Amino acid sequence: MRLSHQILSITLILAFFISPPAPADENGAALYAENCAVCHGNQGKGGVGVPLALPDFQYAVSDQFLERTIRRGRPGRVMPAFKNLSETQVRAIVRHIRSWAPGKPIRYPTIKVSGDPLKGRILYKKNCAACHGKNAKGGKGTGVTFSRPRDLPIIAPALNNQGFLYAASDQMIKATLMNGREGTPMVSFLKQGLREQDINDIVSFIRSFEKRAPIHAYREPGHDKLTVAYESPYGMKETIAALKRAIIGENFRIIRIQTLDSGLVKKAQEDHNKIIIYFCNFQLLNTALAVDPRVGLFLPCRITVVKRHGKVMVYALNPKHLSYLFNNDELNKLCDNMSKVYISIIEEATL
Amino acid sequence: MKKFLPFLVLIFSLSVSNPSQADNLLMARTNLNFPEAMLKLQDSIRNHGYTVSRVQRVDIGLTHSGYVTDKYRVVFFGKADLVTRLSNDYPKLIPYLPFKIAIFAEGDDTLIIAANPLQLTDKTYPELKPVMKKVEKDMLEIFQTMRNNEE
Repeated sequence: MRLSHQILSITLILAFFISPPAPADENGAALYAENCAVCHGNQGKGGVGVPLALPDFQYAVSDQFLERTIRRGRPGRVMPAFKNLSETQVRAIVRHIRSWAPGKPIRYPTIKVSGDPLKGRILYKKNCAACHGKNAKGGKGTGVTFSRPRDLPIIAPALNNQGFLYAASDQMIKATLMNGREGTPMVSFLKQGLREQDINDIVSFIRSFEKRAPIHAYREPGHDKLTVAYESPYGMKETIAALKRAIIGENFRIIRIQTLDSGLVKKAQEDHNKIIIYFCNFQLLNTALAVDPRVGLFLPCRITVVKRHGKVMVYALNPKHLSYLFNNDELNKLCDNMSKVYISIIEEATL
Repeated sequence: MKKFLPFLVLIFSLSVSNPSQADNLLMARTNLNFPEAMLKLQDSIRNHGYTVSRVQRVDIGLTHSGYVTDKYRVVFFGKADLVTRLSNDYPKLIPYLPFKIAIFAEGDDTLIIAANPLQLTDKTYPELKPVMKKVEKDMLEIFQTMRNNEE
């Protein structure tokens, strides 16, 4: 009797933690507004993310594709994995996305496509690589926009991405190749003269990326140190002067020097032992914004000089540390480079 | 019951998942145009007890480089005592102070973005969690206010 009480208690506790009670009808519109609208637009017209309301997209993708995409995202290609959302919430978001297109969503049979990946590789190179990249790594750019002129509604997806391969079934990839996607540069390859078997071969080639080492990956929080910190052997004034020289030497322009608490306290109360140097390189700025407009979190470039207990310290944020936030392989490269630039400037000024 | 305790602890720890990348980057879209959104953002920051210390343009020269907008700013904000305390006791956080929110136009809409302040405490300064949790709560409310245009 006692044992059955214990089992009952444990079952109840487990039930509480494993399946937290979910509302019967999650508000898909609210969940979409909170989690998706910022990138995909309030009405799914796209922006940082792909236009989900595009009719041909809606007709061509299954609910399973959308659900799996939300759950696992696209490693290294901006779309994050929404691990915090429950199954019910994901389904509610998908229902909301579906409200933009009439009709029943397509359901693909689970039958695997049988083809020759070696033949598919040759056909891929000839027909797909121009848009989807040499190793199916996707079109150049991340698909994100910063109110810049756009000539494409989407960037060709990375077909070798493990998130894409998890979400897209063989039959969905095949249907896309057969029919194309109206409103995007993706054409029907049947109309382009390929046979159904050729298309099967291409699908098999794309599927073969599943067995290879992933090219794209999520960066984890804490993969690199939070801050770049150096002690300066010089006094406050000399360190600031040396930093200014080093910053200009790296082709940046000094845009402002102020105290850390400037604007927070009265002018007379500002702490002149904590000084920020802001600087910028417009070419680098434009490159970064084109890769990912969210990069404003790093801007403007900044180094802080602090005098405390007789020591002068120099601090900068570490873009490499922050890069994981954006899930953007292209931005990762820029961040890694910018970390090196910060270190180079500070070392030049303090060594 | 004791022998089940480690098992229950394990289940509990599994159920409390780590914040994902999606949680660490706060983002919101508002269909207000850029000037209106900027005003609303600054109001909301002030309503939460913070001082807007500076609004920094980061778009100088963008239009000359082919962009169709120059509406991109970073709004710095903080509380003087909090910034002083954090910068004195946790100097490695200095580059992240004052807090900031990037705001930029995308077509007729405006987007705002910030790093979740909680991610600054992970592993490095776990004792700061309660302080950053409060800042996170305020920022989440600010972002929610921006999403709700009727307010």
